[in-house]
Amino acid sequence: MAAKIRQPGWYRAVAFVILGIAVCLGLSTGLRAAFNVDPVYDGEAVLQISLLMVPIFFLGGIGCFDYWLRWASGRKVVDDHADHGAKSWRDYFKVNTDHKVIGIQYIVVSFFFMFIGGLMAMLVRAELAAPGRQFIDANTYNGAFSVHATLLIFLFVIPVFAGIANYVLPLMIGAPDMAFPRLNALSFWMLPLAGTMMLLSFLAPGGSFAAGWTAYAPLSVDAPIGQSFFTIAVQFAGASSIATALNFLVTIITMRAPGMTFFRMPLLVWANFSTSLLVVIATPFIAASQFMVLLDRALGFNFFSPAAGGDVLMYQHVFWFYSHPAVYIMMLPGFGIVSEVLATRARKPVFGYRMMAFSLLAIVLLGFTVWAHHMFVSGMSNWIRIPMMITTAIIAIPTGIKIFSWIATLWRGVLKIDTPMLWAVGFISMFTLGGISGVMLAMVPLDIHVSDTYFIVAHIHYVLFGGSLFTIFAGIYFWFPKMTGRMFNERLGKIHFWLTFIFFNVTFAPMHLIGVQGMPRRVSDYADQFATWNMIISISSFILGLSSLIFLYNMIVSWRSGPKAGDNPWNSLTIEWQVSSPPPIFNFDAIPSVVGGPYEYGVPGAVHAVLNKAEPVAVGAGSGSHEGTD
Amino acid sequence: MVLALLAIIVVASLIGIAIVLLLPWFPEQGSNVAPQIDTFWDVLIVVSVPVFVAVSSMILFSIWRWRQMPGEEGLDGPPIHGSTKLEVIWTAIPTIIIAALTAYAAILLVDIQSAPAKGTRVVQVNGIQFAWSFTTKTDAGVVKTDRLYLPVNEPVKFDVRSKDVIHDFWVPAFRLKVDAVPGITTSYSLTPTKLGTFDVVCAELCGLGHAYMRQTVTVLPRDRYDAVMAGIADEAGVKPLPAGADSAALGKQVFVAGNPQTGATACGACHTMKAAGTNGVTGPNLDEMLAKDNAASIKEMIVKPNLEIVKGYSKGVMPANYASTLSKAQLDALVKYIDQSVHGKG
Repeated sequence: MAAKIRQPGWYRAVAFVILGIAVCLGLSTGLRAAFNVDPVYDGEAVLQISLLMVPIFFLGGIGCFDYWLRWASGRKVVDDHADHGAKSWRDYFKVNTDHKVIGIQYIVVSFFFMFIGGLMAMLVRAELAAPGRQFIDANTYNGAFSVHATLLIFLFVIPVFAGIANYVLPLMIGAPDMAFPRLNALSFWMLPLAGTMMLLSFLAPGGSFAAGWTAYAPLSVDAPIGQSFFTIAVQFAGASSIATALNFLVTIITMRAPGMTFFRMPLLVWANFSTSLLVVIATPFIAASQFMVLLDRALGFNFFSPAAGGDVLMYQHVFWFYSHPAVYIMMLPGFGIVSEVLATRARKPVFGYRMMAFSLLAIVLLGFTVWAHHMFVSGMSNWIRIPMMITTAIIAIPTGIKIFSWIATLWRGVLKIDTPMLWAVGFISMFTLGGISGVMLAMVPLDIHVSDTYFIVAHIHYVLFGGSLFTIFAGIYFWFPKMTGRMFNERLGKIHFWLTFIFFNVTFAPMHLIGVQGMPRRVSDYADQFATWNMIISISSFILGLSSLIFLYNMIVSWRSGPKAGDNPWNSLTIEWQVSSPPPIFNFDAIPSVVGGPYEYGVPGAVHAVLNKAEPVAVGAGSGSHEGTD
Repeated sequence: MVLALLAIIVVASLIGIAIVLLLPWFPEQGSNVAPQIDTFWDVLIVVSVPVFVAVSSMILFSIWRWRQMPGEEGLDGPPIHGSTKLEVIWTAIPTIIIAALTAYAAILLVDIQSAPAKGTRVVQVNGIQFAWSFTTKTDAGVVKTDRLYLPVNEPVKFDVRSKDVIHDFWVPAFRLKVDAVPGITTSYSLTPTKLGTFDVVCAELCGLGHAYMRQTVTVLPRDRYDAVMAGIADEAGVKPLPAGADSAALGKQVFVAGNPQTGATACGACHTMKAAGTNGVTGPNLDEMLAKDNAASIKEMIVKPNLEIVKGYSKGVMPANYASTLSKAQLDALVKYIDQSVHGKG
């Protein structure tokens, strides 16, 4: 037992968590006693400090810092790759430095939180099935939609893209791993912490956080302690995002295989390069906004209290300076996935490759110039509205270029309409609808009427569900054979697509209508005139929710006992398909040489990369020791 | 083949536009702004539907025309890498559409947010958790109401404030909204153009009672408006009950309708009580909660609602201002009415 507690792992993590709580208890009561604060013991103060510190104790216990601490303290560090790669399923529950293991960890954890977040949505729709109170009180309702949005944004869409890219991206550029494998592990382990914290908020006195995922001050400042779970969990999710993005940037810039120029990179790599730029620049702003709320809540800083000279609107400016780019963080990786799937399944080069890459960068740039379009009715200076409307509308142009280029990629191809392809083309049409309602929302006079209504709810679900989630499903089905070595059930995949596609539309399309008619969002009760549509929406949403169980079943059963997929079932040219499924522990025997573009379908004898069969090089083979450079 | 596809897109777009325009999108038009917004919406629909129809048609057409047939498994498509001409076209056309729509929207916005003429009637809109109150300066003095009254066809400017968190003052029939932000005054102006009663909705999440922060605005002819503001008539033109005339009737009226002249929220808006036929769920069910209370403690609970909170409900939701917004006669009548109702004596 004692030996187990000394080793990194779950025993030590639990011990460290208990130790952490004790430290926080001592810190709080000690300081209060020293400064004569009565009472000396304040449960909420201890909880507040614990939320900040205990996660760090957990990370230490599970083993995220062992190597760094040993190196920093001058002790000998051994690079024997003991924590690299998974030999059994147990290794997925440990700190691991293999990007493929971390990729799977990311994806599985994200989908876990997707199902929890989806259940929250079911709760919301059950309550909204009819006017008046059905099942839950207003506090639980506000908590349910807040946790729904927060989990699906911070614990699903953002990290699942990071997970897919974690697995695929190093393989695609011919790298043996990510640039900073230990940082990669740390990034992952912050995620389940953040998600658990968000869920635990339901047990907090006064209920979970209930101010929406936007957590506008001063509502969030005055809220019960449950709000602190949001404020602090977002810091961990954000830190995870930033660390991963840095890792991607360095990996893409420094670890491309010889011959892999920027304009030979697959578009998924371009998409994650763009996304990582957004994350690194924008995410500190949401950290700032939540730190200000935390300081207001815990220490009375009065950032957002007008009576003390605070400024309420400032919260929204800082928050949206992250959270608007965040919608591109949640979409650009999907653009990358769809480009890969379409080229491979249409058997044609991606149309206008360079414009596809440039339009990603254009969106990155423009994405920072539009944040105040979320604030057209916020009471900010009127003059800001027209410039923000113009920049917002301009984003439709690079987005349009992408949509038209994808359609041109389909044109005259040899289209294999299988599950990944269905999700990809389904995405194009649904995302077009989301983009159109986005342009409408950019138009200030209309936005004044529909802002904060179900029209907004419809728009964001067309963008994040019909957009992001459809691309996530496309990507999961597409790379499932690579990740597991097995093939999913095609028939179940198609049923999953059609049920989702149909009931997604029945659920969210009517929301446009009731929004324009005057139903505000984030309400647990509504005027009787909206009753019929809400009933239809709720019934449809339950079927939509159930359809995801088909996906779950298909993934689990196929992973265990699906037919062997082979190395390259899609007959793709990109590098990840040229190695075994799943790939060997260090990906390549020798670093591949890239000799052409990634999508040269239809060009006789075209090759993207040559896999060298040279003697294994130092990486992965050597087990020496050196002063760590990680 | 491409011509046939174009023809399909044109026809489908026309049908799509017709269907979408026929949907009952907007609530009734209650202000001078509403027809402009609704027309703008129609323009947006006319532009948007063809975009979606074109994208979907091209996808469906490609799938129908070029899906992989048996025997084509090993085939690739032609290696087309791009076309500068096409890329210029599909950059230029959206740019033109976007520029036109943005220009239209900007002109419309400048029109909507133009400053009201001097001397325009000003209504102070105050948001608190979870009710609106409206203060208007009239010839009869300053009048505070919890129901908004406006004279028809006269411009009005709303100065919107909040005492606690952010709310949003929205009248869907008027098409305009603005946040009520603590610390600053926000505003907009319009002219009500239609007689009748419309919903006032809080559109910004403001806490537990957000969904129930729904009130009404009544647009009246000028003479009726003046009478209501002077406190000599209610909106239907009927003289209000004189205090003490009929205690039970007065108590019931206060319970069901509150006191609009002073901003006292109606009990029945949040509480269920069988005798009054109300079924609010924001607060506890009075028939159950007060079954064992006498008149004195009922009165205390109305005047000091935060003293004791029923499990499952929150402090600070019920207004604590009934001592000042109800007259003594009204309060006594209300207490008597509730006492009799919950104990089956009514």
